[in-house]
Amino acid sequence: MNIIETLEAEQAAKLLANRAIPDFQPGDTLVVNVKVKEGERTRVQAYEGVCIARNGGGINESFTVRKISYGEGVERVFPIFSPNIDSIKVVRRGKVRRAKLYYLRDRRGKAARIAERMETPAAKAAREAAKKEAKAAAKAKKAAAAPAE
Amino acid sequence: MRSGVIAQKLGMTRVFTDAGEHIPVTVLKLDNCQVVGHRTKEQNGYVALQLGAGRAKVKNVSKAERSRFAVAKVEPKMKLAEFRVDDTTLLPIGAEITADHFVVGQFVDVTGTSTGKGFAGAMKRWNFGGLRATHGVSISHRSHGSTGGRQDPGKTFKNKKMAGHLGTERVTTLNLRVVQTDVERGLILVEGAVPGTAGGWIFVRDAVKKNLPKEAPLPGKFRLANDGEAAPATESVEG
Repeated sequence: MNIIETLEAEQAAKLLANRAIPDFQPGDTLVVNVKVKEGERTRVQAYEGVCIARNGGGINESFTVRKISYGEGVERVFPIFSPNIDSIKVVRRGKVRRAKLYYLRDRRGKAARIAERMETPAAKAAREAAKKEAKAAAKAKKAAAAPAE
Repeated sequence: MRSGVIAQKLGMTRVFTDAGEHIPVTVLKLDNCQVVGHRTKEQNGYVALQLGAGRAKVKNVSKAERSRFAVAKVEPKMKLAEFRVDDTTLLPIGAEITADHFVVGQFVDVTGTSTGKGFAGAMKRWNFGGLRATHGVSISHRSHGSTGGRQDPGKTFKNKKMAGHLGTERVTTLNLRVVQTDVERGLILVEGAVPGTAGGWIFVRDAVKKNLPKEAPLPGKFRLANDGEAAPATESVEG
């Protein structure tokens, strides 16, 4: 790895220590909790909409979230590693056939719907198995830690 | 006046701050930047340090050069340059300047050789407007237009801005902020762009048009190869 890649990997690791980035793709509906600074104090504001694009890679990756606010289309671009993002939650997974959903900009209401992406039974089983495993591992870790105390 | 350093441009990246902002930075590497020689008032009429950076293959260094490096007891260097200093900021020969020579937040001037653009037209080279897209203009939409008068003066003036070679020239960018330094890896992260391509040699100096911060080490931050442990004679600027 060259030095720039190392620096970027270090930064990504530092930012990932505070929050995990869920697995999401264009078409998914997200709730992005954004830190908003108001004078002295900061609060968290939720921004919910459809992810219409993911751009770039590595530390430079960003994603675009589109929503209709009071009848007006609003798009926000977030750097995926921005410290201003408190958390990202996937609300709904969408089934789309494009990487960039810019066609949604020309559509309103019913035409702008996105079908939900259902998990295949195999994928669901795999996910549940992984979850179970993680739970078991956590339990084992806890059990290992307990006698040491 | 403190000495500058010779660094190598590695490329650009971004740094996220805790405040949530991101800063575009250029990563500069100090690759064995050592003092190779002194220029003194008595011998040369001016005071300067000759620095060297990088590693040159011994077989590619001439015998005369090799002996000069041998006198300074340093390995052959790829790049040599002189930096004017005062008598008080003269660093010993063999001293390797470290990245914390520059303080985070201070401003530096950066000199490099700009990226070569080859033979460029007047629009790219001098920001000329070109000719119109329509109204009878044919084939010469990006040309520079007129270059002079008529029978009087009867010539095109010298230094008329025209097409020609662009780039590959010495460019100095003033007042770039130091965002981060890394002594172990010898890295200086400077805000914004630095002239030249990645891998190019860059001279970094304290900014001439800004005051040097009080924390800046004087005469400089360096380590000497022979005693292993870094024992630089550094002290903060008084007042």
